[in-house]
Amino acid sequence: MTQQPKTSTAPASEPPKKRGVPRRNLLFGGAAASLGALAGAATLLPGGKDQGELPPSSMAIHGSQTVPFYGARQAGISTDAQSHANFVALELNPDLPADRIKALLKLLTDDAARLTQGRGALADTEVELAASPARLTVTFGFGPRLVELVNPAQKPAWLKPLPAFSVDKLRPEFNDGDLLLQICSDDPVSVAHAQRMLLKDARSFASVKWVQQGFRRAHGTENPGTTMRNLFGQVDGTANPQPDTGWHEDVVWGREEIAPWLENGTSLVIRRIEMNLDTWDELDRPGRDASVGRRMDNGAPLTGTNEHDEPDFEALNSSGFPVIEDFAHMRRARPENPVERIFRRGYNYDGQPAAGDISGSGLIFASYQADVQKQFTPIQKRLDELDMLNMWTVPTGSAVFAIPPGCAEGGFIGEQLFT
Amino acid sequence: MNKMTFKSFRYTALAVAAAASLALTSCGAYDESRNAAAPTPAYAAPASALTIDETWAKAIDGGMTSAFGTVRNSTGEDIIIVGASTPAAKTAELHEVIAGADGGMKMQPKEGGFVVPANGEIVLEPGNDHIMMMGLVKPVQAGDEISLTLELSTGDTLDFTAVVKDFSGANEDYGDLADDEGMDHGTDTPAGSPTHAK
Repeated sequence: MTQQPKTSTAPASEPPKKRGVPRRNLLFGGAAASLGALAGAATLLPGGKDQGELPPSSMAIHGSQTVPFYGARQAGISTDAQSHANFVALELNPDLPADRIKALLKLLTDDAARLTQGRGALADTEVELAASPARLTVTFGFGPRLVELVNPAQKPAWLKPLPAFSVDKLRPEFNDGDLLLQICSDDPVSVAHAQRMLLKDARSFASVKWVQQGFRRAHGTENPGTTMRNLFGQVDGTANPQPDTGWHEDVVWGREEIAPWLENGTSLVIRRIEMNLDTWDELDRPGRDASVGRRMDNGAPLTGTNEHDEPDFEALNSSGFPVIEDFAHMRRARPENPVERIFRRGYNYDGQPAAGDISGSGLIFASYQADVQKQFTPIQKRLDELDMLNMWTVPTGSAVFAIPPGCAEGGFIGEQLFT
Repeated sequence: MNKMTFKSFRYTALAVAAAASLALTSCGAYDESRNAAAPTPAYAAPASALTIDETWAKAIDGGMTSAFGTVRNSTGEDIIIVGASTPAAKTAELHEVIAGADGGMKMQPKEGGFVVPANGEIVLEPGNDHIMMMGLVKPVQAGDEISLTLELSTGDTLDFTAVVKDFSGANEDYGDLADDEGMDHGTDTPAGSPTHAK
């Protein structure tokens, strides 16, 4: 097995492409300045720190924190994941002409620009709810139909539904969509208000196809930079290309072999992964560790001690079997081809249990990569063929979106399609 | 830049040009350098007297609709907005909303216009003072941009653009005004136009 050091896909000779969007460029309100300094210090540690090693956080009012909206790239991707996310997919009205799509994108861009900075949108009837954005971001994604209606020549080859996988049990109400609004904040009220305002402005152009609400740990519960745990209790995302690394830069924003569809654009795959907590309960801790190849308690590979230790896929146990099993999720997800890397920014969900069940839980798996077909699909194919975790997980929704670049003040998201 | 300024008639044409840079308008200003720096105002305002921003209007299929915004007066003298006009409608009036005799809210033309106090501001908003556009020449759809001109007591005008928003409020009763000359603009008013009232 090839071992991939965490940053091995970024050629040492090639400096990270700094494209001018300060990704952790938060503007802190006065009282929150000390928190900001702390958060910055913690999250800037290269490669992330192991569980429990980060300095303690401090309590501070953080509602006034903002993430810049205008910039070459959209916020909400390389932005440290906020606590709450709503993913909203819209279906454009039939026969919506390109100039009306343009009008829609201008309206929504203006709403997002205002709301993310703690200002009410124009005609905002609950302007007070906008006052504490708590790092609110609104990120727009385009489905195949939107791009076809506006500028079919710009449509990337990968902008289409993923191939069918044998593990899929997709439900139409969680699939696809023409326009995605990814709304993230450390405060769920800010998310709800932004969603309400955006949808009020979208309703004469489009209808809601689906909404997926997700959450992570609340702001301040854990030290910034702590790898999230999913509702299986697994440390989930240790091997993620961390923002502010050259590796992340390449994976998300592209390089020669994996060029983005538009410069400073990327792609987003959203998979709704139902997690069967009841059958997972039947699995004892050694089995849980083996399913991924990582320890449940701290996320360390079974061949290591700490979360960020590099796994040894060659190591054998006393019986001569691999310590990290052939079916282990970590082994199956790791590529031999270094291009096959993705950046995950997922959220837990915990919905209404089906009749007779006690949980309706899962993961909104949000994966960013410059090229879906070259980066995402090969990984998913391997996991479809063999992955112990398939025993307890079922993909129930799937959508692919092209993420356009950001815009400058006076511009609008998606303007490149109208030139 | 989402506000514009004017000083006199001389600046009107310039103000119209500046209106194009209102929040929701064209995209030409995008900086290809990828380093999206702080926005550069496309229009250097003359010493400002009266400005209006946060401007929007309510989408409607036809008849009449309203425009809103925040007007600021940076001078030491009160300035009165005495009239309004727009190519989007036959007429535009300055309206206030008052409590009617039946306890409901009614709108009516504001006597004497809108006074913008010296070094102060007024907010034109649903349920309060607003600009009423009557006899719309065509439906105004969400995302449209409407040009308007305010006439001032100083003899100057202030041009601005209002983006049209889908909005459920601003349904004040026209009351008796709906039958008045002031609200009924002749037989060529689009059918059903003054039926805003609930």
